[in-house]
Amino acid sequence: MKFDTPATTNPIDQLKVVGKPVDRIDGPMKTTGRAPYAYERHDAIPDIAYGYVVGASIAKGRIASMDLSRAKAAPGVLAIVTAAEAGKLTKGDFNTAMLLGGPEIQHYHQAVAVVVAQTFEQARAAANLVKVEYVRSKGSFDLASAKDGATKPKDGGPDSAVGDFDAAFAAAPVTLDETYTTPDHGHAMMEPHASIAAWKGDKLSLWTSNQMIAWGAGDVAKTLGIPRENVRLMSPFIGGGFGGKLFVRAEAILAALGAKAAGRPVKVALTRPLMFNNTTHRPATIQRIRIGTDRDGRITAIGHESWSGDLPGGGPETAVQQTRLLYAGANRMTRTRLAVLDLPEGNAMRAPGEAPGLMALEVAVDEMAEKLGMDPIDFRILNDTQVDPEKPSRPFSQRRLNECLRTGADKFGWSRRSRTPGQTRDGRWLVGMGVAAAFRNNLVMKSAARVRLETSGVVTVETDMTDIGTGSYTIIAQTAAEMMGVPLTRVNVRLGDSSFPVSAGSGGQWGANSSTAGVYAACMKLREAVAGKLGLDPATAEFADGRVRVGNQSLPLEKAAAQGPVTAEDFMEYGDLTKTHQQSTFGGHFVEVGVDADTAEIRIRRMLAVCAAGRILNPKSARSQVIGAMVMGAGAALMEELVVDKRIGFFANHDLAGYEVPVHADIPHQEVIFLDETDPMSSPMKAKGVGELGICGVGAAVANAVYNATGVRVREYPVTLDKLLEGMPVLA
Amino acid sequence: MAILDDLQLSRREVMATGAAIGVATVPAAADAASGQPSIMKVSFTVNGQRQTLELDTRTTLLDALREHLKLTGSKKGCDHGQCGACTVIVDGRRINSCLSLAVMHEGDEVTTIEGLGSPEKLHPLQAAFVRHDGYQCGYCTPGQICSAKAVLDEIKAGVPSHVTADLTAKIQFSEDELRERMSGNICRCGAYSNIVAAVAEVAEGKA
Amino acid sequence: MRAFSYERAKSPREAAAAVAADPTARFIAGGTNLLDLMKLEIETPARLVDVNGLKLDEIAPTKDGGLRIGALVRNTDMAADKRVRKDYGVLSRALLAGASGQLRNKATTAGNLLQRTRCPYFYDTNMPCNKRTPGAGCSAIGGFTRTLAVLGASEACIATHPSDMAVALRLLDAKVETVTPDGTERSIPIADFHRLPGDTPQVETALARGELITAVTLPKPIGGTHAYRKVRDRASYAFALVSVASVIHKDGSGRIALGGVAHKPWRVEAAESALPRGARAISEGLLAGARTTSQNAFKLTLAERAIGAALAQARA
Repeated sequence: MKFDTPATTNPIDQLKVVGKPVDRIDGPMKTTGRAPYAYERHDAIPDIAYGYVVGASIAKGRIASMDLSRAKAAPGVLAIVTAAEAGKLTKGDFNTAMLLGGPEIQHYHQAVAVVVAQTFEQARAAANLVKVEYVRSKGSFDLASAKDGATKPKDGGPDSAVGDFDAAFAAAPVTLDETYTTPDHGHAMMEPHASIAAWKGDKLSLWTSNQMIAWGAGDVAKTLGIPRENVRLMSPFIGGGFGGKLFVRAEAILAALGAKAAGRPVKVALTRPLMFNNTTHRPATIQRIRIGTDRDGRITAIGHESWSGDLPGGGPETAVQQTRLLYAGANRMTRTRLAVLDLPEGNAMRAPGEAPGLMALEVAVDEMAEKLGMDPIDFRILNDTQVDPEKPSRPFSQRRLNECLRTGADKFGWSRRSRTPGQTRDGRWLVGMGVAAAFRNNLVMKSAARVRLETSGVVTVETDMTDIGTGSYTIIAQTAAEMMGVPLTRVNVRLGDSSFPVSAGSGGQWGANSSTAGVYAACMKLREAVAGKLGLDPATAEFADGRVRVGNQSLPLEKAAAQGPVTAEDFMEYGDLTKTHQQSTFGGHFVEVGVDADTAEIRIRRMLAVCAAGRILNPKSARSQVIGAMVMGAGAALMEELVVDKRIGFFANHDLAGYEVPVHADIPHQEVIFLDETDPMSSPMKAKGVGELGICGVGAAVANAVYNATGVRVREYPVTLDKLLEGMPVLA
Repeated sequence: MAILDDLQLSRREVMATGAAIGVATVPAAADAASGQPSIMKVSFTVNGQRQTLELDTRTTLLDALREHLKLTGSKKGCDHGQCGACTVIVDGRRINSCLSLAVMHEGDEVTTIEGLGSPEKLHPLQAAFVRHDGYQCGYCTPGQICSAKAVLDEIKAGVPSHVTADLTAKIQFSEDELRERMSGNICRCGAYSNIVAAVAEVAEGKA
Repeated sequence: MRAFSYERAKSPREAAAAVAADPTARFIAGGTNLLDLMKLEIETPARLVDVNGLKLDEIAPTKDGGLRIGALVRNTDMAADKRVRKDYGVLSRALLAGASGQLRNKATTAGNLLQRTRCPYFYDTNMPCNKRTPGAGCSAIGGFTRTLAVLGASEACIATHPSDMAVALRLLDAKVETVTPDGTERSIPIADFHRLPGDTPQVETALARGELITAVTLPKPIGGTHAYRKVRDRASYAFALVSVASVIHKDGSGRIALGGVAHKPWRVEAAESALPRGARAISEGLLAGARTTSQNAFKLTLAERAIGAALAQARA
């Protein structure tokens, strides 16, 4: 099915199941510990040996020699695989560095060997006996010093320009020109990257933890040099991804190589201290923002430049993205530059581009409002645009940013905020409020599904879509239930298997809308087939209450499957609507912080997000997506930083004690409001994503609240107490 | 007692502030490392069932549960006591099962998430987590629930916390108490607000 | 983790003798720090002597009106003990500020004292570290130092001691009771228990090989307002950037000890006479001789301000 004209009324609009805040259908399994994650498939395969990964101890250089003799002789060892004996490996399409390093070493903790043994304890001990000598070469590890040598990235439209930015900025009566930095961030999902590999002849089964099954199957095949049809990936439960599991990582390839070498199934999980340098991360940025306005606060010039780094062949953090679309202004420019850094591979993390981009832009906007003596909400509303500011003939499909901000201001008690910073005191706490706009584009991706009416009347949905905590199981079941007129209990959803039709996968907040649209397409086909079996007119058949009705004629749904299951498969693909209309999601983040007047400790007191993101398929799981993203945004604002040791070229704080992410005590009760909205340009579901919208802007809202509380403006994230102390009130 | 055997430890060294090109030295590992595993028998009760295992002494309680007893509800998130996903209840107290050797639990009573309830018969906390969507990816969830159960018992038993205002007064349940006490269970999906709502509902007897 | 044999000790003296006689042997109690380090092969014992069965888990009054806290008392139980809460609030507060509920349920009095540093370079065995390999060099110096020592550090080591409990014990003038392999009992003032790194950062305590901690004793209560202020980025489950243990009397006199700033709990008794004159006055003596980096210089300001907060709180 192709979606190329705006959606009209369709079965989803009944909203009998879709749009309801139903509990997750996988909840009882997850809360009782019965949901099996990748490393835990005792049910699927017996006799599994254990692999343990050895990581490189240098950032750049090559292996001079390896001595495996003691490791090989260690008790229980079955096999050791290094690049030298792995045979030819090809870098996957979605990887920047090789997943098994050697002789060349491209980054710290790049895998250089996997040791396979009978038990985990034996594999771990033997891995420590692998002796490696390295020759180090000089690397580049410091973004600030590599910045001036940064170049224009090949892809992705690195520069944009409309009007005459320089002239307009020079002429503007009120201007801001500030530089902001965001550090490297780790995904730090709770389930480490983990895989079990088993070979049957030349066919590989891989139980793994991966967000994008089709990408993964392709890259496993490419890396190992085997036909894609010989690879099966299974990833029904994923313990968090946030972009860190978009791609095949070392443990999957090393499990496959280890299993081949050992002649046995092998499972491998990355250890937590290895993960931060071995896998991907959100790259640090340096961002320069210039805004010029007239005296009334109308933006006349807006410019955003961003520098980030990555390994050779890698890509930039596209932090300027939102600035092309978020605010009006006739004269605009953006510029993205990429430096070569020999740090671990930078790549996508929840809302790549917008997450760090808005951390800078929305502080700049706050600063600009202050210069103008305007309320920051009024300043944003004044500069709203209902069209693509680079191409005014192109409207937004929906854009209710102003309503998000006004609604939020009302609910949050924004009017109580003191416009002068440092004025509000609650006991030992200096209290401040901050706001930021949330913005993230809505991407649509081709997505397929297979639906089957079983003889029992149960509807089974199969798609390689993944549920990384997002609620895919549940919203897909809701979609099928709505389409086929059955209760949720009569839908069975099977996900994350490469033998199922290829879905959009989980990334870029496209998963919910795109994958359910694919299920919609397959269900439309199944409805036709069912009506046909029942001798009813498919065009007028109504599916409700487990029955199919045309006029006075009403038959039980399962009757269509009396002779055997009825199966339909289809996909949804997209026409030009994303070109004719800009599709984005919007929100307003409101944060209240307290800053300890003595120690400058920062604690969040209240958080509210108001979101406009099309139809909300399940308000309960969608709300969870938003609050979760707000937590991650709070972490980015206040504590998260992979600290680069610029001498050695690695992230020094590479465990969960060193890389702090928010804990319960950091997060207050959170409120989320979804504006009632449908977007007929997005898909027949009329839905958009929220999972990334929720993180976009939160960091800036926190930073702005800290400024409002203290009068200290921090432009280098994270906003930590050491950056505030000098500006705090004199000790009583 | 802490420190005298460090001389044996060096291996896979790199130079700290290296010259542009250097060869990292790799001294031989200590001889003790090639030793055969030491195997011991240990018996304990898991979810009411007596279990006897022959284990490598290095096996943690977590790995004994996950790999030997195939009770994979307890999760390995960090294996270093930094995340709480492995939380189980031993003799009524919650612990990080990743930082405890199985052989140190002779005779103990261990309760894991599997012992609290089943999909067919959820424990009130499990039901509350489902109702309040107190989880997303689900990986930290068993640890959160085991921890929550023990937290409610700790409050009842009068164990104070970092946020208890008056150390000498009776401990009262509050959401701030809960947040502090649950802070050893990290949820990167960020379900904290919902987890607190779920546990509070059970604590306040509304479930 | 290297293979090790495991045995359960039957008496403190036997345990001490066993570990003294075998250079590869180590005691294990709660295990929360030792196993963490063994997994990374920072610690590599070939023999573990489990002391959990030694019945050193009581808290009992002493003859001179203090408390004797057994080496195996779990941190949770020490913090929750009614006598500790009433008379040694700073100790209860320090314990509750540390780690997580799960860890406190396992961690013991003795193990808490013997915690090793959280310096990130100590934790990465690829990095030279004088604690792990004396003479190898210190990779932390010149590296990521935000969390590291500003007082009492040396050219060999700038690690901090991670314990909160030990800071309170230092404030309270606790004594560490031990038994040596020959059965001799020792009582070590807490001030002498932890060492500054000097040229031998691998030697962290005054214990002799095999010497086993049996208890910590607290002198009789000193009254005053007790507080433990732990400052950190994250609100909980994090090590201190700076912590301040304080007992302040009505006349403004009192005691101050700092955590998170040195290789040991930091207290300068001689500086305490300045306490009635305020945070700045005591900080001059307490923080004298500090050596900082651009990343951790804030700890001095922070310490002074946190002391000020403690004084204000005590006055209120």
